[in-house]
Amino acid sequence: MSSLNNRIPEGPLEQKWTKYKSTCKLVNPANKRKLEIIVVGTGLAGASAAATLGELGYKVKAFCYQDSPRRAHSIAAQGGINAAKNYQNDGDSTYRLFYDTIKGGDYRAREGNVYRLAEVSASIIDQCVAQGVPFAREYGGLLSNRSFGGTQVQRTFYAAGQTGQQLLIGAYQALERQVALGNVTMYARHEMLEVVKVDGKARGIIARNSVTGELERHFGHAVLICSGGYGNVFYLSTNAMGCNVTAAWKAHKAGAYFGNPCFTQIHPTCIPVSGDHQSKLTLMSESLRNDGRIWVPKAQNDTRKPKDIPEEERDYYLERRYPAFGNLVPRDVASRAAKERCDAGYGVGASKMAVYLDYASAIERYGAIEVSKRGMGNVDKAEIIRMGKEVVAEKYGNLFEMYEKITGENPYETPMRIYPAVHYTMGGLWVDYELMTTVPGLYALGEANFSDHGANRLGASALMQGLADGYFVVPYTLGNYLADEIATKPVSLDHPAFVEAHQHVEERINRFLNVKGKRSVESFHKSLGKIMWEKCGMARNEQGLQEAIRDIRALRNEFWSNVFVPGEAAELNPELEKAGRVADFLELGELMCIDALNRNESCGGHFREEYQTEEGEALRQDDLYTYVAAWQWGGENAEPVLHKEELNYEVVHLTARSYK
Amino acid sequence: MEHYHMNLTLKVWRQKNKNTAGRFETYPVQNISSEMSFLEMIDVLNESLVDQGQEPVAFDHDCREGICGTCSMYINGRAHGPWHHTTTCQLHMREYKNGDTIVVEPWRANSFPVLKDLVTDRSSFDRIVQAGGYVSVNTGNAVDANALPIEKAKADESFAAAACIGCGACVAACPNTSAMLFMSAKVSHLALLPQGAPERKGRVLNMVAQHDHEGFGTCTNIGACEAECPKGISLENIARLNREYVAATFAGGSQNA
Repeated sequence: MSSLNNRIPEGPLEQKWTKYKSTCKLVNPANKRKLEIIVVGTGLAGASAAATLGELGYKVKAFCYQDSPRRAHSIAAQGGINAAKNYQNDGDSTYRLFYDTIKGGDYRAREGNVYRLAEVSASIIDQCVAQGVPFAREYGGLLSNRSFGGTQVQRTFYAAGQTGQQLLIGAYQALERQVALGNVTMYARHEMLEVVKVDGKARGIIARNSVTGELERHFGHAVLICSGGYGNVFYLSTNAMGCNVTAAWKAHKAGAYFGNPCFTQIHPTCIPVSGDHQSKLTLMSESLRNDGRIWVPKAQNDTRKPKDIPEEERDYYLERRYPAFGNLVPRDVASRAAKERCDAGYGVGASKMAVYLDYASAIERYGAIEVSKRGMGNVDKAEIIRMGKEVVAEKYGNLFEMYEKITGENPYETPMRIYPAVHYTMGGLWVDYELMTTVPGLYALGEANFSDHGANRLGASALMQGLADGYFVVPYTLGNYLADEIATKPVSLDHPAFVEAHQHVEERINRFLNVKGKRSVESFHKSLGKIMWEKCGMARNEQGLQEAIRDIRALRNEFWSNVFVPGEAAELNPELEKAGRVADFLELGELMCIDALNRNESCGGHFREEYQTEEGEALRQDDLYTYVAAWQWGGENAEPVLHKEELNYEVVHLTARSYK
Repeated sequence: MEHYHMNLTLKVWRQKNKNTAGRFETYPVQNISSEMSFLEMIDVLNESLVDQGQEPVAFDHDCREGICGTCSMYINGRAHGPWHHTTTCQLHMREYKNGDTIVVEPWRANSFPVLKDLVTDRSSFDRIVQAGGYVSVNTGNAVDANALPIEKAKADESFAAAACIGCGACVAACPNTSAMLFMSAKVSHLALLPQGAPERKGRVLNMVAQHDHEGFGTCTNIGACEAECPKGISLENIARLNREYVAATFAGGSQNA
């Protein structure tokens, strides 16, 4: 076990980034043209990084598994993006955004990184508006804000329920502009399957062209992993079907440590599972908790329709337990509270694994405001409700429509049924302040790294972090590394390191095709997801985690002896792609359980049942676990090695998180 | 809502690759729940094909929540199937009843070549964006976001155009395989905002030139694109593009300006 150097600059918190930017090494424009950079993944982090590095004059190659960079799953983010603009004059500041993020993350994130994130947040909004991102505006023409969980100010910028889409299209357009200018070469429908290292440094990748099946060798002076999170290890999640850990996992096996893999976020407001056929879960934006009220019946196993349950027989349990934040508590707290009510027998709907998110009172309240605004005097209740529905439709219409399409129920008339679902992974590749992994020249950005959200991410902060890393952090920190690489000539694609990596990928693909067993890849993925959800999901305990590790090992053995992958290597073969991803999840899942077992405390999204207060709140063990667990790959069928990065809090005082 | 189960017959386009002729194959699928999404029903078909040792149907899909624009099935003669303002992934099986036959094809357009089964190559859309669908502002050049107030009505109109997900249903639905609705959504999004003004003329000329170069057809105001668009992109955008194009041409705007 060794300690890790996070390379946080010396000096006061608020001066670290400024000082770093003024003292880091630079690369002159003529040299930039000679330096090649590989970007894997083109979501918010990857597209913004590729575009910005292209603008700076580097030669960039960007890869994505989708058919176009515009499809990356950042597009599905609904609610918004945080920024410390204080446009609302409600007391926001860089420090408050920093503090809320550290607290929301349950004191398991680095102060230096988080402060930098808060610092650059305002520039992100400026950049996006300049690109033409159509954020919501007020009648005066200025930008509108709304509230999100875990904060008491309004700092969330949004574009209806499609914020991620608009931000990604902004970054995508910037990227396509660089493609047109010849600074970026785009490789869509390509999947990275290996990191190539020469003399200990990342020097390229092996990628598979998904259309032809051809394996390609690509050189780069540096490699940026921007491939998103690994929530699909649970099979059911709000991630897109193709989201995977493969690029990050290959980086891990090439020597990059994996930070806090057990820190996963279960989002409280998703449409509940309806049956075994379910392929994914759909999020209902956290912004709905702005106006919606969450409740269950006060009586157990109450089978009445929601409208037949009178007000006094409803338990608004978040408002009851957390009067200060009410329905806007952070995600981990809201999720656990829903699970607690359902486990205790108060759940609703056919499965009894759901709670109500009710808009009736918001509709009435908005209707009354409209009546007053228009000076309409005495109108009947039906008219108030009609006008209230119009206001709600303008704010959340697309989300209500989506709910109705999926469930067949009209949420304007009857409360939505919601339940928590896997949404985001705070864990990821360990990176230092410069976003470099433990492999020189190998970087990780956005959800693929572990850095800024500690044990729980606040709503509207994922978009902020992805764009901060890509637009404003890596363009500086990468130069600091590449300044020493200007004399490095491109490595020949016939170099033994490329040949070996290529062969390794080829062998693995052939291995998948040659098992010729009886079980589909999908069925293995479902089995893994079930183990992970039951034993390493919203609540974990020592015995369950040990069982999970045993079960995953057995499942992995069965996979390699009984999986069936149809088709050939040299063609478009979705089953083969899925096999590679599921094989990596089968290794990652074990590491997540090992990490969860190691961390004998509850913090943020990591809830160990053995460590809770009498009221059921997460109980941290600060004297023992105020560290980042960074795991080193131990080799096939060998134990991973734990390295610790101690977290030093110089500014924030660690306290028990309270939202009461 | 009452849930039920059904047995269906699927006629699905199968094609090995770009260079091979395709054909329809008929498959029965059983015990489909009315609560499934259309793609979950295809998942059931594919699992049964894999269980029989056959190759599953290749199809494009990703987010399964109607926003990424990846899914792209032509169902019983309609892009994304029968539901208004709905992508294939959001179409649910309660639309169908026991015994129904459903025909599933890929997008049909020369500019979207079939790569395999239901998977097509839509990279022509990326190249249209490369021709000018952006604001040329490098990272770090921006002024404070509120330094540029934008009339709410204009911002909302721009947002409505920017809601396009680039799925290509407009092309698939159009008898001329024109991509005018897609392109006009981008031209409108940027033309309605002050940020888009400096490049306004060159943008529309260059994008239209690329559209034609890719082999997309001419718009003859049929309106099938708007009717089938899952995001409700309005035909008004095409009218706006035409005005922008004429204005740019007569104002002496030139390509690559």
